[in-house]
Amino acid sequence: MKPSVAFNCPLPKLDFDVITMGHGSGGLLTQRLLQSGVFDLLKNDHLDEQHDGALLPLNGTVAFSTDSYVISPIFFPGGNIGELAVNGSVNDLAMCGAIPKYLSLAFILEEGLRMDEFWEVLVSIRQAALKAGITIVTGDTKVVEKGKGDKIFINTSGVGELHPRAKISYRNIRPGDKVIVSGNIATHGIAIMSQRKGLEFETTIASDTAPLNHLVRSVLDVAGDAIHFLRDPTRGGVATVMNELAGQSKLGISLIQQHLPIDEQVEGACEMLGLDPLYVANEGIFLAVVDPSMADSALKVMRTHELGTHAHIIGEIASEHPGQVVLQSAIGGRRVVNYLTGDQLPRIC
Amino acid sequence: MKFLSEYRDSALVKEYMDQLHKVVTRPWTIMEICGGQTHSLVKNGILEMLPKEITMVHGPGCPVCVTPLGIIDEAILLAQKPNVILCSFGDMLRVPGSVKSLLEVKAEGGDVRIVYSPLEAVKLAKENPDKEVVFFAVGFETTAPANALSLVQAEKEGVTNYSILASHVLVPPAMEAILSDPESRIDAFLAAGHVCTIMGMNEYDPIVAKYKVPVVVTGFEPVDLLQGILMAVQQLEKGEAKLENQYARVVTREGNALARSVMNDVFDVSDRAWRGIGTIPMSGLEVNHRFAAYNARNKFHLADTEVKENPDCISGAIMKGMKKPHQCPMFGTRCKPEHPLGAPMVSSEGACAAYYHYSRVPQEV
Repeated sequence: MKPSVAFNCPLPKLDFDVITMGHGSGGLLTQRLLQSGVFDLLKNDHLDEQHDGALLPLNGTVAFSTDSYVISPIFFPGGNIGELAVNGSVNDLAMCGAIPKYLSLAFILEEGLRMDEFWEVLVSIRQAALKAGITIVTGDTKVVEKGKGDKIFINTSGVGELHPRAKISYRNIRPGDKVIVSGNIATHGIAIMSQRKGLEFETTIASDTAPLNHLVRSVLDVAGDAIHFLRDPTRGGVATVMNELAGQSKLGISLIQQHLPIDEQVEGACEMLGLDPLYVANEGIFLAVVDPSMADSALKVMRTHELGTHAHIIGEIASEHPGQVVLQSAIGGRRVVNYLTGDQLPRIC
Repeated sequence: MKFLSEYRDSALVKEYMDQLHKVVTRPWTIMEICGGQTHSLVKNGILEMLPKEITMVHGPGCPVCVTPLGIIDEAILLAQKPNVILCSFGDMLRVPGSVKSLLEVKAEGGDVRIVYSPLEAVKLAKENPDKEVVFFAVGFETTAPANALSLVQAEKEGVTNYSILASHVLVPPAMEAILSDPESRIDAFLAAGHVCTIMGMNEYDPIVAKYKVPVVVTGFEPVDLLQGILMAVQQLEKGEAKLENQYARVVTREGNALARSVMNDVFDVSDRAWRGIGTIPMSGLEVNHRFAAYNARNKFHLADTEVKENPDCISGAIMKGMKKPHQCPMFGTRCKPEHPLGAPMVSSEGACAAYYHYSRVPQEV
């Protein structure tokens, strides 16, 4: 598909159009690639040092997280792999209760990647970092032979300072705690699926990829240690996170199907494809387990934030059925929500 | 969501449930034919809401589940050939053959692709003229017309590097096989709504007449299923055996004549082995003579081989409704979706897999 982000920074005039093996050699071509505008684009005092690593001033307990991004297609409605790579690590830090500060950025590029595509990814990385308020302080670029990658793989690692009132751990959750989801579920996964070869369908569904740190911070400012647990339900969706939590805490989780917020188009696509939205990947939402006394306040704060307008209490922690997630169906029945065995695969009929 | 939420309306569900409780006086055993119906019953928690007199047993209508191991092995064999692109519907990929699954073949470098429509596979064949594209055509009467159409289309466009490995099965012969089993204890059937969309209802008249068993053509949403069950129970309580249509918003008595005519142009009815049940006479579809060049069995000289099933699996008894999944000692212990011993555990629409995924709420709850 066509690149989706408007170009604020036009691709500089270069004497190459595609990435070749030499751009990862560390030699002159690598220098040319970096000097082509990459450094200028991501410019800050740390990167300007052009050193092997960055020296970072940090206070108190530090959260540290890493993730790799291998999405196909790299451009999708609502974003691209660059934005995803920044938001992903920002969100992982936010889920620890931390305020994201610094990010590393490493590329594995496949020989033949078009420079204009790489440039657009870089521009989105810059925009996403600005939006999240995180500084990219160190990086790396490698190139692999054609056929040994999928255009572009990105790894980011981030560090952040713990929010002074945050106390996030599955050990803190108790029966009676409320489970809140910050927004509509399944949006990102369906946006990606709508673009996959062989599955293309017409839709305006766009990925919800977004930095959640500002929203999380406002919730922590208000609810502090009443927020017992935070997790962004990316791969495997809400169902997988809930199962992990039930397993770790040895408590039960009850969810109410009717309270799960979902966009109507996304719901329709799930029906058509035979997918359960509970297992579909998300990017711009998180799950919070909150002390019942503070649940309404936390919800109120979320709903005033642009990323939390669809926030909803979707269930609670129970002492019954320990280790299991049970869903009350829309018609009043009950069923277990299990781990998936593998990927969700479209069904036959 | 319009056209969906109406059929998931909790007030309507309650109304049908109340009526069921009023009408039912004796124990009845009802089989839903289609795996999609099984899935919906379990996923929505309907089984636990039904009056205790009503026992639902889960029929053989899961296309992935009833595809014989030998044919899956053939598909795997084809997918391992370097010049073959093997296309299949998604949930067929995970099903283990006797040695490995198509997903594993893909991981080893085989070109295995998920398509939503066989016409996609024809398109792939056109785009890859130096490859042989094989579509693994499984399913009931629902998927047969589109699969047939793909051969008509390939012929029309002169695409010669396309073929299908067909493993099509038909519902009415399977119902007869179940009913004529002396151990069968099915009092009524919910016929598969989408199969009847294609086939219409006429082929069920002889079954109703011969076996004196109510058959209600039924949809897949909670309200559909409860209404279908209620209609079946009303007949049973009155001592009637009629063919009725709950899914009238989709199914007509005549069905889809155009779809059937494409099926008839391409397929012949043939004997077919059903995984977990055995061979049922005249219960499958095979590519006919005229389209023999598009039959992967001819093109690649495949011979159907019979592969022994695990003797610990009681899938035959489960798919005939004689046993429930959790009555099997292997259920959830040695037999799980990640390593199924037999048919009903392999696909999400198989009865055992549906029970495994959705209905293990502990007893004390």
